[in-house]
Amino acid sequence: MSDRDESDADPRAEQVRYDQARYVENGQYEPLLSEKDQTRVEIGASDGDDGDDSADGGSPLPDDLTRDSLELPELSEPELARHYTRLSQMIYGIDSGPYPLGSCTMKYNPKFTEDVAALPKVAVHPDRSERSVQGTLELMYRLQDYLGRIGGMDAVTLQPPAGAAGEFVGIRVAAAYHEHEGEGHRDEVIIPESAHGTNFASAALGGYEVVSLPSDEGGRVDLEALEAALSENTAALMLTNPNTLGLFERDIEEIAEMVHDVGGLLYYDGANLNALLGRARPGDMGFDVMHYNVHKTFATPHGGGGPGAGPVGVVDELAPFLPAPRVRSNGESKSEPGYELFDPEHTIGKVHGYQGNWLVLVKAFAYIARLGDEGLADASATAVLNANYLASRIGYEVPYEPFHHEFVASAGDQDAADVAKRMLDYGVHPPTTKWPEIVPEALMTEPTEVEGKGTLDRLAAAFNAVAAEDDETLESAPERTTARRIDQTSAARSPRLSWQALEPESESDE
Amino acid sequence: MSFEIPDDRRYLESHEWALEDDGTVRVGISDFAQDELGDVVFVELPDEGDALNQEEEFGVVESIKAVSDLYAPVSGEVTAVNADLFDAPELVNDDPFGDGWMLEIDADDASELEALLTAAEYEEQIA
Repeated sequence: MSDRDESDADPRAEQVRYDQARYVENGQYEPLLSEKDQTRVEIGASDGDDGDDSADGGSPLPDDLTRDSLELPELSEPELARHYTRLSQMIYGIDSGPYPLGSCTMKYNPKFTEDVAALPKVAVHPDRSERSVQGTLELMYRLQDYLGRIGGMDAVTLQPPAGAAGEFVGIRVAAAYHEHEGEGHRDEVIIPESAHGTNFASAALGGYEVVSLPSDEGGRVDLEALEAALSENTAALMLTNPNTLGLFERDIEEIAEMVHDVGGLLYYDGANLNALLGRARPGDMGFDVMHYNVHKTFATPHGGGGPGAGPVGVVDELAPFLPAPRVRSNGESKSEPGYELFDPEHTIGKVHGYQGNWLVLVKAFAYIARLGDEGLADASATAVLNANYLASRIGYEVPYEPFHHEFVASAGDQDAADVAKRMLDYGVHPPTTKWPEIVPEALMTEPTEVEGKGTLDRLAAAFNAVAAEDDETLESAPERTTARRIDQTSAARSPRLSWQALEPESESDE
Repeated sequence: MSFEIPDDRRYLESHEWALEDDGTVRVGISDFAQDELGDVVFVELPDEGDALNQEEEFGVVESIKAVSDLYAPVSGEVTAVNADLFDAPELVNDDPFGDGWMLEIDADDASELEALLTAAEYEEQIA
């Protein structure tokens, strides 16, 4: 990276200055509504006779369980509007600036998907009769089909409510398949050391022993170690491709053959699918089961507690075990062709109510339909191009190449967490830090396809500015954000999980 | 950086220490371990009366950086746990070999300790 040519950089890149809004009232950041005002509101009997014993409005509950008044914030509409506007100015999101948080694929969520999800016709009650919601079922059916085609999978369930939930469902489906085949003794799932933490958790929660697989010197699956780990007890190997270093697992066909030869299944973690859209499909590589992170690849909102969606795709052999119900076309066998719900023959049961988080699925459908085959392939290519352009512009070393949609740089002698804090001062979100551990002081960076050259140059300028700063500056960062360095230790040792815990010390310690 | 490694006790490769006194074995984690973990924020320990086998997981220590399992240095019955750690997990950082102790085990066979690392061997491991 030493020969980078500064002359191509956007001239605005060095000039970005940033100060985040900071509203303080009575010595604290924008107080909660309930801290701004507490007005006692009488909620007496409907006959207007407040205050006497009959003031419970005829409630059948005993008197000691009812009350005549309560305290609520009473604020005007502008006060309310300003409160939420201020809060929105004191945070940072993809709508504020670039967000290259590696592995998370923090795409911009196009606003039209919100419009589509807000259409009155989308708000159907899930208990309505099939005949009266044919459009809804058709959309689900087509989304199952889209996802199946994108992943090279034969059957898809839309039900799991998040990526990790999808992993768990995939593992349960694999377990049900092995059980059905009389192979229930298989009790091991093999997972590369550098895999996403949820892989280990999903396998363990699914009842499996986790066998950890070291990577080879190039950062990919070590075939000899895999050979040694595989046995008649192998239920599955969980992989993501490209892997967490952004490297394509070139030996994937051989890996698939090795796993299948011992009777195991190959699980694809869809977290990095954004690198492959329209170019390669997990199904074609030999994967048997996969989950899709629609919030990453298809620009639905990222979780933070949900609601989300983590559809799961499988090959034909595993389709009978998927959660119930799924949607199918009833074809021409009936007098009224259309769509219907059905329970797969050996289903593992329900993993969520109805069809999962429907409105999230609508957004994913809208995104895929708007971009189309060509648009998705272009998005993926641009994501890979952007990651490679950004890496070529920064001074930090990137030890593992050639990478795809993301790269892992090393902060070298600097502390990666401090680098991240300091980057906030340049008006950009930092990369994921200190993971994967195979790269010392890792800066895992994924700009996604949504950023143009100007923003990428600005991001590179932020990386390079921080790289040139001394430890003292880094340790005291951030200085231009609403909140400064967060005291993680105190937060973890004495968590205060309710606004009432913010009362003066004497009352709050327990 | 040099770490305190008292030579009056034995060590596990997983960084627990074991100090025997008349058949009762006190257990904690080493200075090196607490430094690697960083600020400890939570410690999960077994109940008094629980039976443990040597090298069995007996609890969990959580820091702002990592969550680690804890392993028993000796088989026996848990006779005491350091309840101070529930309210003050920072004791593990401040005084790992003293007030930051975790539990006491009434050893079935205190000679099991002889299989563990000496202070000198442990020092070599973490060097």
